[in-house]
Amino acid sequence: MPIARAAGRTAVRLGAVVLCGALLAACGSGSSGGTSDSAGGKVTLTVDLFGSFGYKEAGLYDEYQKLHPEITVKQSDTEDEADYWKSLQTRLAGGGGLADVQGVEVGRIASVTQQQSDKFEDLKQYGADKLKDKFAEAKWSAAVTQDGRVLGLGTDVGPEAMCYRTDLFKAAGLPTDRAELAEKWSTWDGYLALGKEYKKKAPAKSAWLDSVGSLYSIMIGQEKERYYDGSGKLIYENNPAVKEAWNASVAAADAGLSAKLDQWSPQWNQAFAAGSFATMPCPAWMLSYIKGQAGKGGSGKWDIAKLPGGAGNWGGSYLSVPRAAQHKKEAYALIEWLTAPEQQAKLFRDQGIFPSSTGAIEEVADAEDPYFSDAPTGQIFGDAAKEAPVQVLGVHDQNVAQQITNALSEVERKGISSDKAWSNAKKGVDNVIG
Amino acid sequence: MTLTGTAEAGAAKAPPVPPPGRAGGRASAARRAWRTFSPYAYLAPFFTLFAAFGLFPLLYTAYVSLYRVELQTPGDLQWRGFGNYASIFGDEFFWTALRNTFTIGVLSTVPQLAMALGLAHLLNYKLRGRTFIRTAMLLPYATSVAAATLVFAQLFGRDFGLINYVLGLVGISPVDWQTGTVASQIAVSSIVIWRWTGYNALIYLAGMQSIPSELYEAAEVDGASRWRQFVHVTLPGLRPTIVFTVVVSTIGATQLFGEPLLFEGSISGGISHQYQTLGLYMYEQGWGFFHLGRAAAIAWVMFVVIVLLVGVNALLARRRSRKEAGR
Repeated sequence: MPIARAAGRTAVRLGAVVLCGALLAACGSGSSGGTSDSAGGKVTLTVDLFGSFGYKEAGLYDEYQKLHPEITVKQSDTEDEADYWKSLQTRLAGGGGLADVQGVEVGRIASVTQQQSDKFEDLKQYGADKLKDKFAEAKWSAAVTQDGRVLGLGTDVGPEAMCYRTDLFKAAGLPTDRAELAEKWSTWDGYLALGKEYKKKAPAKSAWLDSVGSLYSIMIGQEKERYYDGSGKLIYENNPAVKEAWNASVAAADAGLSAKLDQWSPQWNQAFAAGSFATMPCPAWMLSYIKGQAGKGGSGKWDIAKLPGGAGNWGGSYLSVPRAAQHKKEAYALIEWLTAPEQQAKLFRDQGIFPSSTGAIEEVADAEDPYFSDAPTGQIFGDAAKEAPVQVLGVHDQNVAQQITNALSEVERKGISSDKAWSNAKKGVDNVIG
Repeated sequence: MTLTGTAEAGAAKAPPVPPPGRAGGRASAARRAWRTFSPYAYLAPFFTLFAAFGLFPLLYTAYVSLYRVELQTPGDLQWRGFGNYASIFGDEFFWTALRNTFTIGVLSTVPQLAMALGLAHLLNYKLRGRTFIRTAMLLPYATSVAAATLVFAQLFGRDFGLINYVLGLVGISPVDWQTGTVASQIAVSSIVIWRWTGYNALIYLAGMQSIPSELYEAAEVDGASRWRQFVHVTLPGLRPTIVFTVVVSTIGATQLFGEPLLFEGSISGGISHQYQTLGLYMYEQGWGFFHLGRAAAIAWVMFVVIVLLVGVNALLARRRSRKEAGR
C-alpha cells in the first residue's frame, strides 16, 4: 500500500492505464504478436487461447507440424476467460500484439459479430463456406454477421448433463442408477425434491449441490431466449425463463440444499476432493475440470445422468483470425484443420472436449468414460447436443449472467431476500450496459 | 549488501569542497550562456519524460472523462459533458466503494502505524540479533502483493481455512471471511497491515535514532519511566516522521487495489461489493465493463479525493506545529 509517491503521480498512473486502452497503439504492440521467420520460408503461427482447449495436450500441434513441416505453432494461454477477453480487447483497440489465431468464447461471439466485425477476417474468402454443413447449425450461424461474413470456426460445444457422486448417494440411501435417476429428476422440481430427501440422510458436511449459481447457469442454458431477444433488445427483466431459473435457484437456497461454494473460487476447487456436494450440473467441458480437481481418488465415485428439464448448452468456443494477424492464410489453414471432424473427435476421446462438428458427434457416440463409472458420455452429451435449443446470443451475455449469479450468491451466502438481490442484479446490469 | 560500503564511500567523499571561485569576468560569453542554461539541459530529460508519461496522460484522462468511450470501439468518442461524473455520483456502488476505501483505510492504517510505533520502540533497545530482527521486519514488504494475498485468502478460507480452524479450537463458530462486510474488510486490512507494518517500523526507528540521547538521559535522571520517556520524548521527536507516514499511508489506502482484487479474484470486491475500493471500482468499470470514459472520470475523482486528503493532513500538521511554537 503506502509507497512514497506524490499525489499527482498517482492520478497520472491511473490515467495512463485508462489511456493505454483508449488510444495508444504503442501500448499494445508487445512482442507476443505473430513473428515471421524469413529463413527458408518457415512460418511461426501464434495461437492465443483461454482455459483449456486441449490442442497441445492431445498432440494436435505436433501432428500438424508433421503434416506441414514449414509451420511452427506457438500457443499462449490465459486461465481465466474474463482476463483473456480483457487483454484481447486491449490489443484489438491498439491494433498490435495480436496472435494469428485468437479464441473466442460463445458468450462473446455476439460482441464480435455485432461490434467488432471489422477487426476479424471474413473466413469466407479462404473458402470457409464449404464447411457450413459440417457444423451444427446453431454453432455455425452464431459466428456469422448479418451481412453474411463468417468470423469464426466452432471448436467445442457444452451440452449439459448432471454429474453426481454415487458413493454419497449410496450413503444417503438414494438410487445410483443413471436411468432411474433420470426418471426421478425428469423435472427440476423432481431434482429439488430428491435433494430434500438426500439432505435428511446425507453424510456430514455434504450438501446436495455446489452452488445455486451453477444451478441457475445450467437452467438458463436450456432456454432459447435469455437476456436478449432476436432484435438485440435487452429483455432479461421480463423474461419468464430467467425468472423461472431464478426462482428455482432461490428455492434451492432456501431449502438449504447448496454447499454455498461460488463456482471457480478456491473453496469450490478444494471441495471436489472433500466431497462437499453430491450433485453438480455439468456441461461436457466440466468433466476434465472435475477430474483435475477431484484427482485420482475421485475415479469411479462419479457418474453422469441426463439433465432434469430437457437438454441445454453452456459454453463452447470459436477460433478466429484477427485482421491484424501476420499470417492469415496459414492461420486459416490451421483452424480449418483443428476444427475438422477427425480432430474434434480425437479431442473428445483424449480430453473430453465435446465436438461441435456433426460428423464428430456421430463418431464419438460410443465413447464411455471410465472415470465416471463408464458413463456413456458420447451418447448422453450427443443427445443433449442434438436437442439443445438454438440460443439467441447478446452482446453483454457474459456480464449480465455474472451479475445475476453474483446476486444469487448474496441470497445463499448472506441470506438476503430474493427481491433485494434481484434489484442488486438489475443495478449491476445497468452498470454493465452503461 | 553493500550498505556499509556505500556509506563509507559517501563518507570519504563527504566534505564537499566548493569549487574555487574561478568564475571571474574572464569567462567568455558562450561559457556564461552555458552556465546559465546548462541546468535546464540537465533537467530536460526528466521533464520530457514527465510530460510524456505524467502530464499528458493526466490531461488526456480528463479529456476522455468527458466522453463516452468503450474499449471495443475506442475510436468512437461521444460527447457526454459531465455525464460520466453525474452517473458516478448517481451510482450506489460508487458511494459503497468510497465508504469501503475509507473504512478499510482506517482499519488498516491505524493498527498498522500503532504497531509500527511499538515495534520501533522495542527495536530501539539494545537487543541481541538486532540487525537480524530489523531485516526480518522488512521481509513482508519485499513479498509481492499477489503472493501474500493468495496465501491470506487461503488462511481466511471459510471451510478449510487455518484461521477458522484455530477459532474453532477455542469454540468460535466459523466466520465467512469473504461475505460479511466487516469480516471481509478486516481480512483485507490484515494483508495490508502484515505487509506494511515492518516498513513503517523501520521508518520510525530511523526517526527515533535521530532523537538526541541526552534527552533520554535527562529524562532518566528526572526519574521518568520508560513509558513516560516514550510519551514525552519519543513521540514529540517523531512528529515529522509520523506526519510523513500518515500522509503516505493515506495515499496508499486511497489507491488500495491489489489486495481486494486478488482476495477472491472478484472485480466487484465481493458479491455485494462489500470490500470494493475506489481503485477496484475504477478497474471494474474500465476493464470489466469496458467503459473507459467513466473509468477516466473515476480516476479524476480519486485524484481530487487524494489531493483533498493530503491538504487536510498538511493543514492539521501545520496547525499543530504552530500551536507548539506558540507555547
